[in-house]
Amino acid sequence: MANIENERPRAADTDIMGNAMSMLVRIAQAIALPVAAVLVALICGGILLSLNGFNGWDVFSVMIVGVLQDTRSIAEILLKSIPLILIGVGLCVAFRCSIWNIGAEGQLYAGAVAATIVGVAFEGLTPWIYVPLVMVAGALAGAAWAGIAGLLKVYFRASEIVTTIMLNYIALIGTSYLVTGPLRDAASAYPQSARLLKEAWMPRILPPTRLHIGILVAVALAIAFYVFLFRSSAGYAVRVVGINANAARYAGINVGRNIMIAICISGGMAGLAGAFEVAGVTRRLYQNISPGYGFEGIAVALLANNNPIGAIFSGGLFAILRSGSELMQITAQVPQVLVSVIQGMVILSVVAFGVYRFRSASRSQ
Amino acid sequence: MNTQPFLRMDDIHKRFGDLVASGGVTLEVEENEIHSLLGENGAGKSVLMNILCGVLSPNEGQIIYRGEPLRLGSPREAIRHGIGMVHQHFMLVPNLTVAENYVLGQGMPARVISNMRDVYARIRELSERYGLDVRPDALIQDLSVGEQQRVEILKVLFHGIDLLILDEPTAVLTPQETDRLLVLLRDLVKDGKTVIFISHKLDEVMTVSDRVSVMRDAKVVFTTRAADTNPRELARMMVGRDVLMELPRTNRTPGRTVFSVDGLSCDNEIGLPAVRNVSLEVREGEIVGIAGVSGNGQSELALAMTGLLPVTSGTISLNGEEISRLPPGEVNRRPIGHIPEDRHKMGIVLPLALTENVLLQRYNRPPFAKHGLLKFGTIAEHTRDLIRRFRVKASGEFDLIQNLSGGNQQKLVVARELARDPDFLLINQLTRGIDIGAMELVMQEVLKQREAGRAILLISTELEELFAICDRILVMFHGELVGELPPDRGRIEEMGLLMAGDRQEAARLAAART
Repeated sequence: MANIENERPRAADTDIMGNAMSMLVRIAQAIALPVAAVLVALICGGILLSLNGFNGWDVFSVMIVGVLQDTRSIAEILLKSIPLILIGVGLCVAFRCSIWNIGAEGQLYAGAVAATIVGVAFEGLTPWIYVPLVMVAGALAGAAWAGIAGLLKVYFRASEIVTTIMLNYIALIGTSYLVTGPLRDAASAYPQSARLLKEAWMPRILPPTRLHIGILVAVALAIAFYVFLFRSSAGYAVRVVGINANAARYAGINVGRNIMIAICISGGMAGLAGAFEVAGVTRRLYQNISPGYGFEGIAVALLANNNPIGAIFSGGLFAILRSGSELMQITAQVPQVLVSVIQGMVILSVVAFGVYRFRSASRSQ
Repeated sequence: MNTQPFLRMDDIHKRFGDLVASGGVTLEVEENEIHSLLGENGAGKSVLMNILCGVLSPNEGQIIYRGEPLRLGSPREAIRHGIGMVHQHFMLVPNLTVAENYVLGQGMPARVISNMRDVYARIRELSERYGLDVRPDALIQDLSVGEQQRVEILKVLFHGIDLLILDEPTAVLTPQETDRLLVLLRDLVKDGKTVIFISHKLDEVMTVSDRVSVMRDAKVVFTTRAADTNPRELARMMVGRDVLMELPRTNRTPGRTVFSVDGLSCDNEIGLPAVRNVSLEVREGEIVGIAGVSGNGQSELALAMTGLLPVTSGTISLNGEEISRLPPGEVNRRPIGHIPEDRHKMGIVLPLALTENVLLQRYNRPPFAKHGLLKFGTIAEHTRDLIRRFRVKASGEFDLIQNLSGGNQQKLVVARELARDPDFLLINQLTRGIDIGAMELVMQEVLKQREAGRAILLISTELEELFAICDRILVMFHGELVGELPPDRGRIEEMGLLMAGDRQEAARLAAART
C-alpha cells in the first residue's frame, strides 16, 4: 500500500523544454527506420551493380545529380510524386483502420475514367468550376470503386485483399474496353479517348514545366488527413476500429460505417490521383495510364508508418527513385532488369523494416 | 512400485513475462481413471495441460510418466508417448476430409496415400467400437461442432493414445451432445484409457469423474475422490480466496428503481441460448451482485444489457426508458457505465495512450470533442486527474496503456467509468487479476458510488468480492437466476448449492435455518 501512495505521476512535472525534447526524440525515432531501410536497399543495390561491372557509387551519383539537376527535372519528380503522395495518404487511413486495400491501382483507373467522361462533356464551362468538377468526379469514382469492396466486407465478410485485387482487373480491362470502344476518339489511330477540354485541364504552376496544382492539393490533403487521423473524433474512431474492433463496439463506434469511411477515403484519394493524371499530365485516357502508382503507393504508406505527413516525404522519395531508374537506364546504361531489381530491393527493405517495427512493437506489449 | 502414480506433474512453474500461469503445480493422475481438473477461467488449467501434451515447456518442474521422467519438445513427441489432447479450439483443416486430417503431419506422405484404404478401415472400426458415427470421407467444414469434436476425439484414439486430455469439451456442446460425450468418456476408461477432463461445470464433473483436482490462482489447491465431495465444496474451493478486510458500509434504504430487466433472453455467439428469462431490478444506492460459476450466461447478460449482444426477448429499462433495442452508441449516451469482463478484449485499446483510452466512449462529444476535433488539453487534464485519484502507476498521461500492469489498467478502466458519472453502473469482474492494494481501492470507490446514490450491478465469480460490497446477491446458473441471498458469509453453503444448480437442497438448507 505504502509504495502505491508514494508513487506520484511524473507527468505534471514535465516542462515545455522537456516536451519539445521528447517531441524531437519521437520525430527522430519515426524517421530513423525509414532512412535506414532506404540506405540498406541502396547499399545492396550498389553491391549488385558492382557485381555486374558497374561502379555503384558513380551510378547513384549520376542518378541523384541527374534527377535534381535543374528546375525541369525537379518539377518532373514533383509531378510523379503527386499520385504517389495521394495514394499513399489514402492508404495510411485505410491501413490505420486495418483495411488492406490493394486496389488503389483499380481505383486510380476508375477515377481517370470518370474524370475523362466529365472532362470531355461540358463545353464552355469556366475552369473555376470545371477543374474542381473533374477532381470531384475522379475522387467520387475512386471512392465508389473501393466502396464495392467495402460493402462486400461489411455485409459478407469478404476479404478486401481479394476483392480489391479482383476489382483492379475489372477496372484495367474496363478501361481498355472504353478506350477501344465507347470513349475512343474517332479521329485517332490509337486506342485513346478524345482530348479533355482545355477548361478542364489542371492549371500549371511552374511553366514551362508540366508541374500542376495537384502537388499543392496533395500536400494539403496529406496535412488534412493527418489532422483527421490524429486530431479528430472521426479519425480516432477509424483508428480504434483498426486496432480493436471489440473495444470500438464497446465504445459505441459503428464498425461497419468506419470501415466504409476508411476504404472510401483511400479509394477517393486514388481516384483523385487518376483524375490528375488525365487532366494534368496525359490529357487523354488510354490503356496503361498508370505505371503501377497504385501498388507503389502501398510502399509509400508503409515507409511512412501510415502517417500522412510522412507520406509526403516517402512519396517524394519513391518519385526520385522512379525518375532515377529511368536515368540509370539512359545515362548509365544499366539494364532495365537490374533497375527493376534495385527498385524491388527498396520496397523489400521498406517492408522488412516495417515488419521489424511491428514485431518490436508487439514484443513490448 | 505401487506407490508410483501413472502420471505425476511435479512442482511445475510456467511464467509468461510477469504473468504466472503455473506457480508450482503438483498433480497426480492414476491409470485408468477420469480425473477432472476444475477451476475458474485463468486458473491455469489449459496452460498445465498444454505443458503435458508438449505444446508449452515449463520453466521449472518435471513430469514423471509411467515411472520415468518425461521431457517433451513437441506435441508429436507427446503422441509418441501416448499422450494426446483435444483442444478447446479444434485443430482441424476445414476443407480436408476426416481421414486426410488424421494423416496430416504424420510424415511419409507417399506411403500414407497408398494406404488410405487402411486408414479408412481403421477409422470405421474405431468409430463403430465407440459409437462415434464418424465417416472417414466427410469434409470437416460440413460437420457440426459436436461432430467435429467427435472427429477430434477419434483422431487422438487413431494415434493410439492412452492418456487423453480434453480441454473444456462441453463448452461448445448442447446438453444432449454433452450427455453423449460423458458416456463416451466412461466407455474409454472401460477400455483401459486414462482421461483428464478440464471443466468449470460442477455438475458434469460430479457425474463423470473418479477423482477431481481443483485449480485456483495457478496452483492445484485440492484433490479428492468425486464420491467424497459435493458440488458445494468444489464451488467453494474454486472461488475461495483470502478473506478481504471488512469495508465500512453504511445502512441505507435503496431509493427508486433506476435499472430493470424483465424476462430477458439472449443467445451466445454460436447461437445457443445463454440467458433465459432473467428479471432483476437495481435501485438507487444499492449494489446488487450476480454470483455464479463462470460460463453460466453472465458474460452474455452483461453484453445484452449494454446493447452489445442482441436480445431475443424481454426488456431492459434505464430510468424508465426502454433501451434493449438501442445500438451500443446510443446506450453509451445514456448515464450508464460498464466495466467489461475482459479489459484487453474490450475495455482498453492496448497500443494507444492513456489519454486516448480515457476518451473511449466520449470521443465524439463535449467536453472531449468540439466541432469534430479532439480537445487534447482537456483530455490530458482529465486523465491526469484520474491517474492521481486512482493512484494509477504510469509515467504520464501520454504513456501507452500496454506499458501498465494489469492492475493499473483495471484502475484506469474503473476510473474512466466512474468519472462518466453514471446513474447505473454495470461491473463484470471488478478485481480480476489485480493485487490486494488495488482491489481495496477500487472496491472503496465503488462503495462511494453507492453512497452517492448510484445503482450498481456487480457480476462476479469471486464470492468474497460480492460479500464485501453487495446489498443482495442473485445467483445465476445455466442462464437463469436461481435464487437470491443476503451477503451473509454464514450462508455460503446455500450459495454454493445454488451455484451448482441444486435448488432443492438449497431450499432445504434455508428452511432448516428458520
